[in-house]
Amino acid sequence: MKISTQKTLLDILTYAILIVGSVIMIAPFLWMVATAFKVPADQFTKTLIPNPATLQNFNVIWDKMPDKAFPHMMFNSFKIAALSTIGQLLTCAMGAFAFSAVRFKGRNLLFTLLLITMLIPSQVALIPNFIVFGWLHLIGSQWPLILPAFWGGAFGTFLLRQYFLTIPHELAEAARVDGASLIQIFWNIYLPNARPALAALAIFVFLGNWNDLLHPLIYLPTNAKLTTLTVGLALFQTQFSHRHTVLMAGALISIIPIIVVFFFAQKQFIEGISLTGLKR
Amino acid sequence: MADTTIPGIKPLGKEKFWLGILLTPTVIGLVFGVLGSIVATIVLSFVQWDLIQPPTWVGFQNFIDLFTNTKFIKAMTTTITFAGLYVPGVVVISLFVALLMNRKIRGISIFRTIYFLPGVTSAVATAIVWNMIYGRDTGILNYIIEFFGGQPVCWLCNENALIAVVIVNIWGAIGEGMIIFLAGLQSVPRDYYEAATVDGAGNIQKFFHITLPLITPAIFFQTLITTINAFQAYEYVYMLTRRAGGESSVPVVVYSIYRNAFNYFNYGGASAQAIELAFIVIILMALYFWFERRFVVYD
Repeated sequence: MKISTQKTLLDILTYAILIVGSVIMIAPFLWMVATAFKVPADQFTKTLIPNPATLQNFNVIWDKMPDKAFPHMMFNSFKIAALSTIGQLLTCAMGAFAFSAVRFKGRNLLFTLLLITMLIPSQVALIPNFIVFGWLHLIGSQWPLILPAFWGGAFGTFLLRQYFLTIPHELAEAARVDGASLIQIFWNIYLPNARPALAALAIFVFLGNWNDLLHPLIYLPTNAKLTTLTVGLALFQTQFSHRHTVLMAGALISIIPIIVVFFFAQKQFIEGISLTGLKR
Repeated sequence: MADTTIPGIKPLGKEKFWLGILLTPTVIGLVFGVLGSIVATIVLSFVQWDLIQPPTWVGFQNFIDLFTNTKFIKAMTTTITFAGLYVPGVVVISLFVALLMNRKIRGISIFRTIYFLPGVTSAVATAIVWNMIYGRDTGILNYIIEFFGGQPVCWLCNENALIAVVIVNIWGAIGEGMIIFLAGLQSVPRDYYEAATVDGAGNIQKFFHITLPLITPAIFFQTLITTINAFQAYEYVYMLTRRAGGESSVPVVVYSIYRNAFNYFNYGGASAQAIELAFIVIILMALYFWFERRFVVYD
């Protein structure tokens, strides 16, 4: 009896803390939505329900920017993120398969080396990469944002390898007895069986690129034809610092694709994070 | 880490070639992308170069300059203070949230989604709202503070900006930490707790003698990742504290590297700063792994 009362009290306390926390986590998003639907004159009103509510901010940001910048930049973000995702899935899966299912000399050394690179801040590579892309005359194009996705990477390779290791090795051996080649085992056994991990990596890479600010800022001219939504929003923030309703409409449009992806693929996402964090 | 006992198929004859193809992107990335970059950055830190004039060798001058460069010293102290607040903040809060969620209660998935949301949305978009929330005269935060009788705070002014930026960064990182800790907590075998109950252990004893030791791998991993992130944090600094002219009131080292290289075309000096940043991170990592060997329990 006493234990169950204690448990009920703890449950109530748990809910109370989690709900307060949830409010803090979600409040900025609610504020973003509320402001995006307010008329400009109401931008500083402290109400959550816009009155009157309007769609004009969305119209302004989408249609009325010079050169119709917003949809252009959104397309650029999408293109860069999608191509990077393809590159990472392909090249990380190739490496991960070699590290998890093939026996070769120097495998452990190479893999350990790859893992160590995860600990080095990526800013170390920033300047040499910039110089090399300069030699290749690619500064100002979107290539410096896409090409690096095609040379694998510690995080993606590690994540996929962890999952590949859970695929029973007997499957590969049985296929081997039936005369399957290395590439056939990779393509017909490992890839189809690793769909959840591939989905998780795809989401990570897409989000990482969609949300990236530093690299487009360095490599792309601030020109709607080439630059991404993050750079655009940062620029709008300085240009329209007094038009919060329009800014919020832009911010809201920019996160809608992310939120949609997240709601549909939440399970893969969370499993992907657990995968990188637990097993070693 | 790299387990030698992992079985593997042996490549036969021509398949050695295909194995080479499979590994080519990884090797290119490793050699040119990472290792080459490190060597190149080290070399660059010994020259003065604007990429237009030919580079001139200046020896250790770039590093010597950093010791007297008040801007860089400010950047370093800012970054270290940032990490000192951010890392424990993220680890402690996300562990606490995960512990609450690990109590068998209803609605876990809804809470999990909500706590995770800030981590997936772009910092640029959420920073635009935070900028408005933090507004001195018009922001909702000061409105709430004044509603409860407090004095309004200039959140993004010099003396408070660091705290304001740390808060937003922690807000954005709790979700991921929570997932790592939840996975760690769920891997603790139930019968350990049952056995402890039979032996008469209370909740607090169970936490310190069963839960905490068994989730040390998750704590280690999360601390490591959070530290790496702390030294790379950039977006919220750029979005919330950049002023006209491009200076920031929370000038972290990454921001300083960016400014020196891409605004002032001082590639040598920026490289020296990058090396120093990497050096500090590597020292910290070595320290963490030393701790890991002494305190982290793997079964």
